[in-house]
Amino acid sequence: MKEVWVYIEQEEGRIHPVSFELLGVAKRLAQELSGRVAGVLLGHLVDDLRGEVFAYGAERLYLVDHEVLAYYRHIPYAKALAELARKYRPEILLLGATPLGRDLAGGVATLLETGLTADVTELAIDKETGHLLMTRPAYGGNIMATIICPNHRPQMATVRPRIFPIPERAEARSGEVIKEEISLTEEEAKVKRVGFIPKEKTVNLEYAEVVVSGGKGLGGKEGFAKLRELANLLKGEVGASRLAVEAGWISYEHQVGQTGKTVRPKVYFAFGISGAIQHRAGMQNADFVIAVNLDPEAPIFQIADLGLIGDWKTVCEALIEAIKQERKAS
Amino acid sequence: MLNILVSIKQVPDTTNIRINPETGTLIREGIPSITNPYDLIALSVASKLKREFKAKITVITMGPPQAKSSLKEAVEFGADRIILLSDRKFAGADTLATSYTLAETIKYLQQEEPFDLFLFGKQAIDGDTAQVGPGVATRLNIPVITYATKIEKIDPEKKLIRVARKTEHGVEILEAKLPVLLTCEKGLSEVPFLPFSEILRAMKAEPEIFQADGPIPFDREKLGLKGSPTQVKRVFTPELKKQGKILNLHEVSLEKAIKEIISVLKEKGIL
Repeated sequence: MKEVWVYIEQEEGRIHPVSFELLGVAKRLAQELSGRVAGVLLGHLVDDLRGEVFAYGAERLYLVDHEVLAYYRHIPYAKALAELARKYRPEILLLGATPLGRDLAGGVATLLETGLTADVTELAIDKETGHLLMTRPAYGGNIMATIICPNHRPQMATVRPRIFPIPERAEARSGEVIKEEISLTEEEAKVKRVGFIPKEKTVNLEYAEVVVSGGKGLGGKEGFAKLRELANLLKGEVGASRLAVEAGWISYEHQVGQTGKTVRPKVYFAFGISGAIQHRAGMQNADFVIAVNLDPEAPIFQIADLGLIGDWKTVCEALIEAIKQERKAS
Repeated sequence: MLNILVSIKQVPDTTNIRINPETGTLIREGIPSITNPYDLIALSVASKLKREFKAKITVITMGPPQAKSSLKEAVEFGADRIILLSDRKFAGADTLATSYTLAETIKYLQQEEPFDLFLFGKQAIDGDTAQVGPGVATRLNIPVITYATKIEKIDPEKKLIRVARKTEHGVEILEAKLPVLLTCEKGLSEVPFLPFSEILRAMKAEPEIFQADGPIPFDREKLGLKGSPTQVKRVFTPELKKQGKILNLHEVSLEKAIKEIISVLKEKGIL
């Protein structure tokens, strides 16, 4: 039976939500291939995560537990994943296009001498050939390319977080667990972690329900303080266009777009953002886009659900006041 | 003595890209070619290390003959040897074929003297794959440290390196024995001051040209389009998807516009 594999990305015993998104899309692909979805979990003492993997739709779980896998390192993780793939021959292998997923995928595809498509935003099965159609942006998002890997297996892709929705969770689901022994040594890992500095405050842009973004039109750092005020009122996060980041007004962690984060909020505010394609690539999956820009020709208006032609600051300040009034009234 | 290899790529400047709306293809005409910005970081790191320690820098690139200009730029950063891999048979390579070609080249160059440090950009801005660095490291069977943000320490005698790398949860400090391949993230190094003597040297520099049939005995089946498992099936321009409600604040009152937004926020359950 053809299998569609999802690499379950875990660090410190926590699964990255992109893995659940991938289980959802893998299910659709597996159905079209009359196959099944399997999760692959590598780590140490990660047994208690198996329930999660099944709850989000895996029918089978490959599990490698080894102390050398206690934290992510390229060589042992790549070796374990490649060995599993050699033995069980999945049709498709999907990983999140996270820093970890991209690091791992490049090594695994080379070990398996197969094709790998980076940063995919659409996945489908070709009805005639059964090949996986992997569509991704290229040249900074200016064009989209559909890539196939017809003669090598597995067909591998890293997939952008937040492109696909997280599937419905079903607690009662379970499936088959295949525990695999793989020989790994500390020496062959070749790299040792000697320190770790956690992020002070993680910007949870990708999973925020409201994103308030600013661009070049803000004119400076001070503009982002205003946006922060609005974002806080709405329990959202602050985003930014590449130009605003490059101008040094806000840190790269806040960048939305092809070279930044992909977001999928219920409401996305674009203040003073022209909406270059590279920005749109990161926010067009938002449920509702509200754009404010002085320039009626700004491309952002072409994907806005509600567009206001006017000064961003006037709108932002009035909105902050109006929300405060609403809160008082209720 | 540190023996450093830097791998670079010449790319179209994607911030200036235009698409032919009828064919959906790239208008290459008039688009400036630049050295991939992340590769300039790799070159900057090499340049700084050369000043700090005794070091030799070899720079390789694969591309059309015009990629020579990026190699000349590398000389400004202190490259001692520059090599251009240029042949029609290399063309159309995906990341697997590219990593094969680069790794074979490195193995060939290492016959003289092994490299201690390999520096790659974290990704190239045309393809944004970030796959070639890890691919080359895998083929050379050496450790890769991606998204490196700082070289904390390097000891050419003991052949040890300590590197900070960005993860999603913070910054991890990794230690490894050389040789190591680093992919360079923004901030790893500023562009250093480039002495005029190097700029003069760059003007006269000519790269060695390596082709498919020499001097490296490549397996032809693994080169270029032929050696690439992935194929481009279709290229198209992304379409804009919606046409929403547009209010011009010169015509509509601010109050009305704000009311619209408030009702959206309520509808979406945010207020």
